[in-house]
Amino acid sequence: MSDSPATQEVVSESPKVSKVTEAVIRIAGNSQDGIQSIGGFLAQLAGRSEQEVMTFMTIPATISGGPSIFQVRIGSGEVLTSGDDADVLMPFYQHSYENHIGFLKEGGIVLYDSSHVEPDPELLQKYRHIGCPIAERTVEAIGGTAKDKGKNIFALGLVARMFDLDAAKLEGLIAERFKGKASSITTTALTAFHAGYGYPLTTLEEIYAFEEPKARDTDQVVCNGNDALGYGILAAGVRFGAGYPITPWSDIMELLRRELPKYDGIFVQCEDEIAAVSMAIGAGWGGRVAVTGSSGPGISLKGEAIGWAVMAEIPLIVIDVQRGGPSTGMPTNVEQSDLNIAVFGGHGDSPRVVIAPSSVEDCFYTAIEAVNLAREYSTPVIILSDQAIATRIEAFAMPKLQELCQDISPDLTPREDHKPYDLSAPDGITHHAPPGTYIKSGKYPIATGLEHDEMGHPSGSPKMHQDMSAKRRSKLQALSRKLPLPEVFGPEEGNVLLIGWGSTQGSLREATEQARKAGDSISCLTMRHIHPMPEGLENIFDGFNHVFVVENNDEGLYGYGQLCGLMRAKFANPKIVGINKTDGLTWRVKDVLAHVQSKLEELKS
Amino acid sequence: MSATAEIIREPLKKKDLAADHPTWCPGCGDFSVLALYFKLIQNRGIHQEKIATVAGIGCSSRFPYFVQSHGVHFIHGRALPFATGVAMSRPDLDLFVFGGDGDAFSIGGNHFTHCARKNINLTYVVMDNSVYGLTKKQTSPTSPIGFKSKTDMWGAVDQPINPLKQAIAAGATFVARTTHTNPKHLLAMMEAAMDHNGFGFIECLSECTEFYNGAFDASNPRKGGEFLEVPADHDPTNETEAYDLAGQPFPGHFGIFYQVDRPSKQDREKTINAKFLEKTKDLEAHQILQQNFDKMK
Repeated sequence: MSDSPATQEVVSESPKVSKVTEAVIRIAGNSQDGIQSIGGFLAQLAGRSEQEVMTFMTIPATISGGPSIFQVRIGSGEVLTSGDDADVLMPFYQHSYENHIGFLKEGGIVLYDSSHVEPDPELLQKYRHIGCPIAERTVEAIGGTAKDKGKNIFALGLVARMFDLDAAKLEGLIAERFKGKASSITTTALTAFHAGYGYPLTTLEEIYAFEEPKARDTDQVVCNGNDALGYGILAAGVRFGAGYPITPWSDIMELLRRELPKYDGIFVQCEDEIAAVSMAIGAGWGGRVAVTGSSGPGISLKGEAIGWAVMAEIPLIVIDVQRGGPSTGMPTNVEQSDLNIAVFGGHGDSPRVVIAPSSVEDCFYTAIEAVNLAREYSTPVIILSDQAIATRIEAFAMPKLQELCQDISPDLTPREDHKPYDLSAPDGITHHAPPGTYIKSGKYPIATGLEHDEMGHPSGSPKMHQDMSAKRRSKLQALSRKLPLPEVFGPEEGNVLLIGWGSTQGSLREATEQARKAGDSISCLTMRHIHPMPEGLENIFDGFNHVFVVENNDEGLYGYGQLCGLMRAKFANPKIVGINKTDGLTWRVKDVLAHVQSKLEELKS
Repeated sequence: MSATAEIIREPLKKKDLAADHPTWCPGCGDFSVLALYFKLIQNRGIHQEKIATVAGIGCSSRFPYFVQSHGVHFIHGRALPFATGVAMSRPDLDLFVFGGDGDAFSIGGNHFTHCARKNINLTYVVMDNSVYGLTKKQTSPTSPIGFKSKTDMWGAVDQPINPLKQAIAAGATFVARTTHTNPKHLLAMMEAAMDHNGFGFIECLSECTEFYNGAFDASNPRKGGEFLEVPADHDPTNETEAYDLAGQPFPGHFGIFYQVDRPSKQDREKTINAKFLEKTKDLEAHQILQQNFDKMK
């Protein structure tokens, strides 16, 4: 909990109230305890209070049970990550206490469930311990049969008291959550909340109140990356999707299945991943860009069909919410190890577009950008999200939906003639005529996976294959010339430039800020456009002695992570070096800084 | 789409519909399916731009190149899911899927099952020659036991798939069998499949003269065989009867084995959408989306 520069002590009845600018709260329990919803309520409240917020959660890959945590960082100023260490730990069980006490800042508060947790006597000095029989009190408050159910809401009440949160707003959020359910459920939840809020935290010497955040001109929305991506797909005008369930992609398909009928669209749950990608391509050929998606293993299965879409030049959106791999790997952990399959995962030369959203907000805008690129360049576009971005909650400015929502209905205007793969087209960019388009010449096009002539008919001509391969490549080279260069966070010249992509953006920025405060010359940037990369990156690299590519993947046989390897191949610049880890967790700020230090020392020797 | 309705139409002639010259071997049964497809389009007066001809991979899957229509030559075994994407997003088209036995029952076997149970509204003609022809004589999923091929030089040992039984068990709503040697019957089956609301599946025996010559002689009266139509008293809505009929030894019967009315997936989805559209029909897309975003405030 970082106190504001001028810590004020508000004079009021005890306990005293201290102002804070931010707080990191980690709630640890089991997956069925509903701790995600405590975090969700806190995040939503922060969003409504114009604060910044970011969350982090872990869930077990088991069907039911298993340890689970939810960490939320709320700040009156900028919040870039969910925080390395917690100010407050709320453990529900002994195992939660033992496994997470190490993530608490020294002097931090353990607000533990004394019904289940026996504190370690040796730690009583190091951390402030406050016990509350959460489970018992919840049962007392809402009745015997419910047992543990509702203790999450009781705990929310405790946190609300401790941080002097707006109880009325929280009550509103609780009522909204249970809207449509029996009124007794809402009443029970509010009873549990009031019991927690009213519990006398006698050993708590002070409570904390957040500094007033600076006012914003727009409303904030609060959601996770999967939701943002799903809604972005809808805003982009996509009205057909197909998929197969796999964690952590499934949330997106569930959202689209639920929402698409409102727009007279359809989402089809398929028999397998191959059917899903094939259906999406079929709908794309039908004239409207369609979406499919998956996570690691499913992306492998879609590979052949994506290659067809490259060959036939049919637009397609493929979302890959990456998780730990290979194979079934670590289904509920983060990893950035699908970059290679996204970029290179096709047989033959099959260039495609790959973009990676860098925050929850960016998930929304990336979806729209992907759809527009797929249409403009008639190509598959792969959106590389990851488990961390997919499941974390952030607050961001309400998008201007009226400006952003687009209609991408097919254009079936009759044509005199149509050459679907016209080699004389500028930059090789052509568009297919969707079925239903009347073609006066009577020559109708074929979309095929065979190498073909300009009309789409099979061709075994060596020259044709050479020319068509160049056509498919050159349109993406044209795109690379149009892409904006990533913004450098920090000065454009210095010792170290950190490069990241996807969910690591916040950690790299916070690490950069901390390092600069400590006097180190570090800047960072995020690569959103993975393939093609924008032109001119080498000019940015010129400003730095070292370029470290920080990734959540393995250093590989030759010492480079996946983006790092791609950059080494493109720039052949020995100052590009990889920093990697594969523990299935997001990069903590202090880990980034420690790796940078050791890499610098390693390079010196 | 109103623009296309104003186009002055001459009846389509065969030469309007014929595209590339077929690359099939002389005597191939697929020629007759192609000729009758043209006939079907002409008979029904389908607008050329509304025809969508989709195929996977194999000799018969070359089909779309030989037709002047919007056409697709997709990847091996996945013509049905591709066509499902077309069918669900463009119900205004007349959608025909062609393929062979390897494409349908081997590499695409899973999709055949699920397309049947979903009852996707399209016509699917499988040209069954009981051999892999494009790759020059390997055993196919419908090759009979004992069939000698380059991968079964001592004769095929695996139980062949019975396409009709497979279709009935999967929940298909229209299951028919015909042969390339009886054009009149073939056309009648294609017309019936097209008129069927839902998944119209036809197994058409189509001889590969190159690699499995004489395979279907027993069903061809000109070769001394017997062409037996489905008995007049067969009840095509009776699933068990249809299944029994499909299980008869070769050459068996020809005609509609099974046909029932069940809403297509398009019908069912339309019903779902109609409920939502009642509430959203007067709203712009951004207004519908705004409702979600307001909840996330």
